[in-house]
Amino acid sequence: MYAFSYHQPKTVRQAASLLAKNEDGKILAGGQTLLPTMKQRLAAPPALIDLGKVEGLSGIELKGRSLVIGATTKHVQVATSEIVKQAIPGLAEMAGMIGDPAVRNRGTIGGSVANNDPAADYPAACLALGATIITNTRKIPAEQFFTGLFETALEPGEVIVKISFPIVSKAAYAKFRNPASRYAMVGVFVAKRGSDIRVAVTGAGSNGVFRATALEEALKKRFSPKSLEGVSVSADGLNGDIHASPEYRAHLIGVMAKRAVTAAIGK
Amino acid sequence: MASTGIGAPVRRKEDFRFITGKGQYTDDINRPGQTYAAFVRSPHAHAAIKRIDASEALASPGVLAVLTGADLEADKIGGLICGWMIHNKDGSPMKAGAHPALAVGKVRYVGDHVAVVIAETQAQARDAAEKVAVDYEPLPAVVDMNEALTGKTVIHDVAPDNRVYDWHLGDKAATDAAFAKAKHVTRLDLVNNRLAPNPMEPRAAIGDYDAGNDAFTLYTTSQNPHVARLVLSAFIGIAPEHKLRVIAPDVGGGFGSKIFIYAEETVCVWAAKRVGRPVKWTSDRTEAFLADAHGRDHLTHAELALDERGKILGLRVHTKANLGAYLSTFSSSVPTYLYAPLLSGQYDIPAIYCEVEGVYTTTAPVDAYRGAGRPEATFVVERLVEVAARELGQDPAAFRKKNFIRKFPHQTPVIMAYDTGDYTASLEKALEMADVKGFAKRRRESARNGKLRGLGYSAYIEACGIAPSQAVGSLGAGVGLWESAEVRVNPVGTVEVLTGSHSHGQGHETTFAQLVSDRLGIPIDQVAIVHGDTDKVQFGMGTYGSRSGAVGMSAISKALDKVIAKGKKVAAYAMEASEGDIEFKDGRFGVSGTDKSLGFGEVALQAYIAHKFSGQELEPGLKEGAFYDPTNFTFPSGVHICEVEIDPDTGVTTIEKWTAVDDFGHVINPMIVEGQVHGGIAQGVGQALLEGVRYDASGQLVTASYMDYCMPRAKDLPSFQVGTTVTPCPSNPLGIKGCGEAGAIAAPPAVINAITDALGHEDIAMPATPQAVWQAVQRRLPAIAAE
Repeated sequence: MYAFSYHQPKTVRQAASLLAKNEDGKILAGGQTLLPTMKQRLAAPPALIDLGKVEGLSGIELKGRSLVIGATTKHVQVATSEIVKQAIPGLAEMAGMIGDPAVRNRGTIGGSVANNDPAADYPAACLALGATIITNTRKIPAEQFFTGLFETALEPGEVIVKISFPIVSKAAYAKFRNPASRYAMVGVFVAKRGSDIRVAVTGAGSNGVFRATALEEALKKRFSPKSLEGVSVSADGLNGDIHASPEYRAHLIGVMAKRAVTAAIGK
Repeated sequence: MASTGIGAPVRRKEDFRFITGKGQYTDDINRPGQTYAAFVRSPHAHAAIKRIDASEALASPGVLAVLTGADLEADKIGGLICGWMIHNKDGSPMKAGAHPALAVGKVRYVGDHVAVVIAETQAQARDAAEKVAVDYEPLPAVVDMNEALTGKTVIHDVAPDNRVYDWHLGDKAATDAAFAKAKHVTRLDLVNNRLAPNPMEPRAAIGDYDAGNDAFTLYTTSQNPHVARLVLSAFIGIAPEHKLRVIAPDVGGGFGSKIFIYAEETVCVWAAKRVGRPVKWTSDRTEAFLADAHGRDHLTHAELALDERGKILGLRVHTKANLGAYLSTFSSSVPTYLYAPLLSGQYDIPAIYCEVEGVYTTTAPVDAYRGAGRPEATFVVERLVEVAARELGQDPAAFRKKNFIRKFPHQTPVIMAYDTGDYTASLEKALEMADVKGFAKRRRESARNGKLRGLGYSAYIEACGIAPSQAVGSLGAGVGLWESAEVRVNPVGTVEVLTGSHSHGQGHETTFAQLVSDRLGIPIDQVAIVHGDTDKVQFGMGTYGSRSGAVGMSAISKALDKVIAKGKKVAAYAMEASEGDIEFKDGRFGVSGTDKSLGFGEVALQAYIAHKFSGQELEPGLKEGAFYDPTNFTFPSGVHICEVEIDPDTGVTTIEKWTAVDDFGHVINPMIVEGQVHGGIAQGVGQALLEGVRYDASGQLVTASYMDYCMPRAKDLPSFQVGTTVTPCPSNPLGIKGCGEAGAIAAPPAVINAITDALGHEDIAMPATPQAVWQAVQRRLPAIAAE
């Protein structure tokens, strides 16, 4: 790890101002990605702005037909929250599948979304559920938020405050883990809200999370795993590495989508 | 006494220390005035070093020195050695390139050692290491063995075709004749995947120099501190042996990777004198992946000749063994004398011929890893046998039984003389425990759920102990492979055992104490096992090759014999009886035919106060030593049966059942032995399903972290059913055979035989990852359509 300066703001405003002042500074939330990369000298931010002491950033509440989760809410809180389990059980289950117990007890929803790791789970949930990412300055629909590998629509000095998920009738996540890292090699989140059916895929796309429109179209006819039989997913634009070729990933998207739909119907 | 004697499942004495965080590992040790080393490592697989500019690093905060290969040469420090000479078919010696601890002129793999930075703190050393400017002229990488053998790119000038040796064993003419009369020949091409050893504790070293006495101390993560001292003294030239103390304190796993004498440890002890202060280095996990010696990495073509009834007539094997960029300490022996002599397996094979080419590539050195050669041999034999049975339409268990060796001793065509065993007994017990009769029903059940179920066998044999010394010497070993022990009885009757074996997870503090408890009749908490310090313990050979029980404990046993013999003399004087009338039983020395007796502790006290005998008649004290060299290798064997279920949609293989029946001869502590079997199976399953070191074509290590190198987890394994059969080993006094490597040897072919049984074809290589299995399922589909 290289030397860096450490800041502990008390408010979101202070955090945003510190972020604006420190070029290449990084927000520290749960630190489950940032700290290991710093320890391996792969990242060297000159300043860390720790959100740990900022009041009011953590928490889960229902607001009308939306589930609102504060940015520093930890994965374990989402996974075990009665509110989330009632409102969108598939989201609670997804949070319970992230990493390992240590990661779930430190890692935060805001950190995961802001980092936009192409193999992270939350981006798929946000995209499939049609979430809105609420920052200190504006509201960004998930569709516009995830812009590429580790890239988001966040501007310099912009801090995620909370994330709002519209409540859907059916939703579930199925993940095929990379055997080594246990990140999603293919993760498929399906959500059904009336006739709006979304299938979001993480871990597979060479440009990060994306919607599998061919699968969505098939499911619009009938929200059933049977609808996906014979629907092939193109390997174009999918990642290939030592663990999975683009063709294998394409195949797994279909398998995981079926499993997610089966799970969603069962809820 | 039986509760802590031989055969008792005594809880491990050392575990309290380990699980409460009170272990003392090398990195836990800090010396006054200690500095830190960071290595500048090659980012290239192969490159000429044009220039090293350390000026910016030297000007960095806290930096005390930047040292290179030129400094080693200036101090006349020799290169690292390979301690086992292999000869080519034509009798000429193998071609071993120089292996300087810090590169001279050239780097040969990613992670190769270019320079070392010594600084006040670890962070300062690492910061400055990045500032050492090295001007490289990149040369082509050669990762693939077949490409290396073309000699288009030469890694060491001494080996222009990158062939370290072209070695063979067995009778070619007899084997050719066997194939000429064969009715059926089974042929297989096999890949034995390269593995990273991954001990929980990474390697570490502290070099310390005492200018007052001109003496060095090296604290290091070693499985064999005396061998490290010998090599560092006699070959590398750090200091004469009496001026170099090597301490290997608690060591957190080795699996072979801590046998070897590496660059980092050598540099730390040498640099300590250079900077006049202790120098510490602790590997991080990335460095461990890059520079710990890897294991396995064979390409093999093998053929089995059979008669019309399925009796094996002959075996022909050609193996290319990747040895990496330099020859590590025992690397040359692993694919030769630790491999080919095991190719007879448990079978009566009249003729065997094996050729092995050792190959240099621009990858990390490859050396012994749990099993070392024997897993590779077992994989060849057990895959061939399974496939032969399938090709002949015979039941794989019956086929094995038909070909088993039944008479002992049995001389194989490849050096080994098996002393004892009962292979049929192990197989039959395993068939029963695994409920093989019920397999067909379970397979139908799986098929109904859309899953593929398969059953795989592995009937393995291994040669343990890596002794006697005369035998290994005749095969090219540079050292003797006996073991030593000293038993020091204290005046109050407590006992210290100084052993040349080294425990790095095996539980010696418990099992060795059980032997003492059993023999002397004292509780195990009155026994201390001392090891891992060359200033305390007499010269010993260390722990590897499942040798600590068979060889190390036999040495202790021999020393205990001498203690008891001396105790009888003392007791005779103390009780005014004749020595011939003294009997030792249950911890008491008694005079036969009387009720007179003395406890072991009372006799110990008599030995030290020496009031009852004159020092001219009998020396005071009670302390005996022994050096033990066995009469043969030991030959543990067994049968493992693996049952898998494959999800054809994803390619995920689940191990549903695992049955292991092993013959380890007499067992000291069945709980510890079972733990060794569990760990071995886990590593073998890791090799079969999950693990694999991968370099890309440019020689970059792709699997340099746990993000890409997949280790087995508890979830990947079933609950094991472990059983034993016992044929005591006749070549050591305790009848012990060795158990440390068995699981890792047995497991890979059992898993692959099960997977190929489920798939219905043989076309899959290790590791059988979900992707590999899914692809193999695709290759199966046309076959199913035809069914």
